[in-house]
Order: sequence, then C-alpha cells, then structure tokens
Amino acid sequence: MFFHWLEKNPFFFAAAISIVISFAGLIEIVPNFAKAGKPLVDLKPRTVLELAGKNVYMKDNCMSCHSQMIRPFKSETDRYGDYSLSGEYAYDRPFLWGSKRTGPDLHRIGNYRSTDWHENHMFAPADIVPGSIMPAYKHQFTNLADIETAYAEAVTVKNAFHTPYGPEFKRTRAAWDAHRPKVLADAKAIADDMKNKDVKEAVANGQVPEIVALIAYLNSLK
Amino acid sequence: MQSNAALEYDYSLSKKFTFLTILFGFLGMLVGTIIAAQMAFPELNYLLGEYGTFSRLRPIHTNTVVFGFTVSGIFATWYYIGQRVLKVSMAESKFLMFIGNLMFWLYFVGALLATISLLFGVSSSKEYAQYEWPFDLVVVVVWVLWGVSVMGLIGIRREKALYISVWYYLACFLGIAMLYLFNNMAIPTYFATEGLGNILHSVSMYSGTNDALVQWWYGHNAVAFGFTVPIVGMIYYFLPKESGQAIYSYKLSLLSFWGLMFVYLWAGSHHLLWSTVPDWMQTMGSAFSVVLILPSWGSAINMLLTMKGEWNQLTDNPLIKFMVLASTFYMLSTIEGPIQAIRSVNAIAHFTDWIPGHVHDGVLGWVVFMIMAAIFHMAPRMFRREIYSKKLMEAQFWLQTIAVVLYFTSMWIAGITQGMMWRAVDEYGNLMYSFIDTVTVLHPYYAIRALSGVMYLVGFLMFAYNIYKTMTSGRQLSEEPQFRTPMA
Repeated sequence: MFFHWLEKNPFFFAAAISIVISFAGLIEIVPNFAKAGKPLVDLKPRTVLELAGKNVYMKDNCMSCHSQMIRPFKSETDRYGDYSLSGEYAYDRPFLWGSKRTGPDLHRIGNYRSTDWHENHMFAPADIVPGSIMPAYKHQFTNLADIETAYAEAVTVKNAFHTPYGPEFKRTRAAWDAHRPKVLADAKAIADDMKNKDVKEAVANGQVPEIVALIAYLNSLK
Repeated sequence: MQSNAALEYDYSLSKKFTFLTILFGFLGMLVGTIIAAQMAFPELNYLLGEYGTFSRLRPIHTNTVVFGFTVSGIFATWYYIGQRVLKVSMAESKFLMFIGNLMFWLYFVGALLATISLLFGVSSSKEYAQYEWPFDLVVVVVWVLWGVSVMGLIGIRREKALYISVWYYLACFLGIAMLYLFNNMAIPTYFATEGLGNILHSVSMYSGTNDALVQWWYGHNAVAFGFTVPIVGMIYYFLPKESGQAIYSYKLSLLSFWGLMFVYLWAGSHHLLWSTVPDWMQTMGSAFSVVLILPSWGSAINMLLTMKGEWNQLTDNPLIKFMVLASTFYMLSTIEGPIQAIRSVNAIAHFTDWIPGHVHDGVLGWVVFMIMAAIFHMAPRMFRREIYSKKLMEAQFWLQTIAVVLYFTSMWIAGITQGMMWRAVDEYGNLMYSFIDTVTVLHPYYAIRALSGVMYLVGFLMFAYNIYKTMTSGRQLSEEPQFRTPMA
C-alpha cells in the first residue's frame, strides 16, 4: 500500500507534505499579486513626517485595538465613512487593518477629528470620551519621533518597489540633510495647531515629538 | 509489544525544554492576565509607564505564549517522543546532542531578547510575527537547527516506519518554515540606504491587500502548524501510552492527517471576509473552513474512540481527564471556527471579543491542557519519580476547566453584544449607539474574563509546583513506568 511505503521513506514523506501544503498559497495568494497591488489613480505616498507617525502607530501598536478597514455595510459607512478600497492601501507597508475593534475604526479619522482633538485625547482619553478604556499616551509628548528612519523607509520603498517619491529622495546622508527642513516645516504646521508648550518648544528647536508625527499620520487617514 | 528495556533514552534536552515551557507559560499567562484586567480596569495601564500599556503588552502575551510556551512544549515533547518512537537514543549521536544544545541556548537567549525588543516597541506590527528582522533571523536559525535534529534522528532510526506523531512533527517543521519565511520577508532600511536611521527597522516586501493576504495565510496557519499539528502529534502518542489502548483507527488517522495538510492552508482568508480581498478568495476561505471540520473532528473522534471500553480510566486517572478534555475542547474550537468563517456570522463576529474567545477555548482548553498532560506523563519517566500529588492535579483540573468555561462564555456574550450594537438602528434607520456605548456595556464581561485569567494562572502555578515537587521530592521509582503514570 502506498501510505505504508511512504511512512518508511522520510524523504518522500516530507516531500509529499511540502507539496500538499503548497497548493493553497500558490492558487489562492499568488494570483492576487498581479492584480490587487495597484494604487488608486490619484493616490499619493505618505510624507516623511506621516511615515514617522505610522512608525509611532506601530511602535505603540495601535492596531491591537483599532482597525483600518471599513466594511461595506450601511452601519459601518454611517459610522466611519465610505467603505475601504484595495487601491487605497497600495503603498501601505505593512497593512494596518487590525483584527480587533476595542476602539473604533480609524481608516478615515482624518475626515472627522482635528489636531486639537487628538492632542487632548492622546493625553487623557477618558477626559474627552467619558468611559473610554484607552490608556493615555503621555510619553508621546516627550519621546522624539525617528524621522531619519522614516526617510530611510521612503527611499527604500522608492528604490525597491517604485513607490512614487520625488527625485530628491536618495540613499545618501546629504539628501536626507537636504530633505530634513521640509519635515520640520510639516511638523511646525501641526504644532501650530497644538497647545502643549513642551511640544511647541521642541518643534521650534528642530525636534519632532512622537505626538506630532502621529497626528500628521492620523490626519492623513482619509 | 516491543520492549524498551534495551535502550536508555537521553532526556536532558527534553528536561531543559520542559523548564522553558513552564517558565514561558507562566510569563505569557501572567501578561495575558494583566492585559485582560486592563480592559476591565484601565488604571492598570500605568504600572510600568510607557512599557505597561495594553498595546505594548499584548504582543508580548501572544508571542510569549506562541513562541515561548507552545514552541518549547513542542521541542520538549519532540526530544522525548522522537527517541521513543524511532527507537534510537539521542545519546547515540554526539552531533545531534550538540545541535540540540546549541539550539536550546540560541532559542532561550533569542526569545528573551525578542521579548525585550517588543517591550521597547520594536515591532513590524504583523500579528504573531512582530519580531523585527534580526530576531526573525534567530528564529530561522533555531528552526533550521531543530529541523536538523528531527531529520537527523529520523536518519539514524531503528524503527523503519514513522509513527503518526512523527508525521505531525515533520509537518510542523515544514509548515512553520514555509509560513514564517514568506510572511517575514522585509528589507532593512538601514542597509538599503547609506546607513540612515535605525538599524532594526525594516519594511515589508508586500503592500496593502497583498500584505494582508500573506499575513493571514501565515497567521491562520501558524495556528494550524503550531497550535494544532504538533499538539495532535502529542495526543497520538501520549493518550495510547497513558491509557494502554491502541489507536482506534489507522485509516482515520491517515484521512485526518492528509486532510488537515491539504485543507488548512486555504482557510486563512476567512480572517479577511468583507475586506478588500477579492470575493473569490473570501469564498474559498469560508468553504475550506467548513470542510476543515472533517479532518479536525477525525483526529478528535479517533482519540475519543481510542478510549472505547476503558472510560472507567477517566474517573481514576486525572491525566486521562486532561487529555479527553483537551480533545473535547479541540472539537468545540474546530466547530466554532468554521461557524465564525460563515460570511453572515463573520459580519457580526469579526473585530469583536468573540474572536479572542474562540482563540482561548482552543488554546487554554486544548493546547495548554495537552502540553501540561504531556509534561505530567513525561516527568515521572524523565526524573524517575512519582507525581507528587494526584489531589493537586485534580484540583488544578477543575479550577482551570471552570476558568476556560468562564473565559469563552463571557467573550461569546461580549462579542455578540458588541457586534449587534454596532449595527443596531432605530426606527428611522439611524445608528442607535455611539461607539463608547458599545465599550462600557462590556465591563462586566471583561471583569469575568480577568477573573478567569487569574484562576487559570493559579492553576498553572499549581501545575508548576506539582512538577517541581515531583522532581525534588516525589517517591523514587526503580524502573520506568510502562503505561499509567504513577502518582501519589
């Protein structure tokens, strides 16, 4: 009998397992790579400040409680806005859809929350939303966002995946030094709408607190 | 029946990994209990400043339980079962012992460093694959070393036919290797530029919808090949050994093994129902999830029928009780999963607490129970001592069983309540509840879940204590027990 023979031949046994477990990936996943990676026509990649904010979002693991995936139900589009489209995520590495909504969806939060709201909410969530079980993220007001890493990420995805960043995005430190003022200007625009003195002072001194980058990112979610 | 008398097995590696299983099990469950309590009592978020928030701790809970506790348990049982069913001692090969020890230390240090990295927020944010690239490399090396151990032992075996458990361990090795490699493909940004930024940071090779597909192909099947496949391999060995009964059906084990191998991986896309993944993939995920009941229940029924005519053992051997309860929870969990994978049910269940509820009746009821049963069975043979206390074992069994029931019932209610409230509309078609209404209503269920966590953790400490006392002061045995585990 075939199986008795197979059980005495570990090499072929292992080969058989490998073949049987490969079907699903080959048939179900690979075809999508040709099709669904395409961006929407007018989709723009995130700015360096927004990318740095996305990295803060990842560092504090916001996706353990918040989704970024509005499903096509009336109850969801009423609550969060238009349902999500595949092409909107084309530049998201990694995808941050989440799998649990302990808090609400954030995919279009930029449409209905302001810099000011986020500033207060991240500092003391239950003061803004009574009954909220979200922890405060006060450390984001003092920790500095890593904008250099965010720039490195932009350059990497530009070179490796042709994400449409401009010609000024280059691998060199000189290019980063040239781009840095642009990031600081973006940070200043956010900080101008904020009230926290320490944050304003840090930005005036050419630093970017995590909260500034995070708010830039959240505002870009539309 | 072939006698084992001629061979002295070397249990040193099995012992080492048993210690890690208990250590990581305790840590993982402790963090799990803390974060469960944080959801009921948010003030608990501020015990450790930045490092104590729910969001930082949650991946530590999941990764410690998956890559710490369960994987240690897989290694501990492999180094025990492998020798015995292949009829070869680890001590016969210096090379394999060296590889095993190397792997142990690399794994131990790697797991600790990786856990610390998560505490500092160094994370790729892909669930159950949060480790950044240097830690991924350590995982790969450890896994390859384990593969060498498995293949090496098979290579020098005396028993030519591979017992069912070996099929499962082999599948665990191959499956996790494939999944882990593809899902963690990333480019370190430091090396892709002229040394800009953080050396630990990387960017995923896949984007958006494709990244989601690969991630859930991984996420779902890491459960398959970590929480199901090797655990089934364990019960195929330990239940017949402990009960002295032969496996009920060889054909059923063939059907369920190859069925599981083929079907499981298709079901990953059921994590992405109603998302932007193409419809046909979602449908495939749903359909294969339902088909998956067959091989899952095949194994579980095969185990239950193995006890045919010997059910009296259930009343006087708590170890049999652990294993029978484990296969029963396996059946519950593998019928619940397919139900959640049906589109209309998923529309309510997805994003709610029903999902962690489902995970935990599987993990607490099936995985942890089976691994603890395995260690209870192995300990008297590894240490040549009787189990320290049968009474403690009985008490632990009931405490933890009640804890699991409290956990999943509270989360079922919480999940369905929240899912229904999110979609509730009044007579004019307007949403009835603001989001925060759907959070505050869950407080009692979160409190019950936290309590169940405390109970389960206490049960695990009772287990750890029992094993510790067995090692140090259990009555000594003159020879290795054959079937039923001796206990005082």
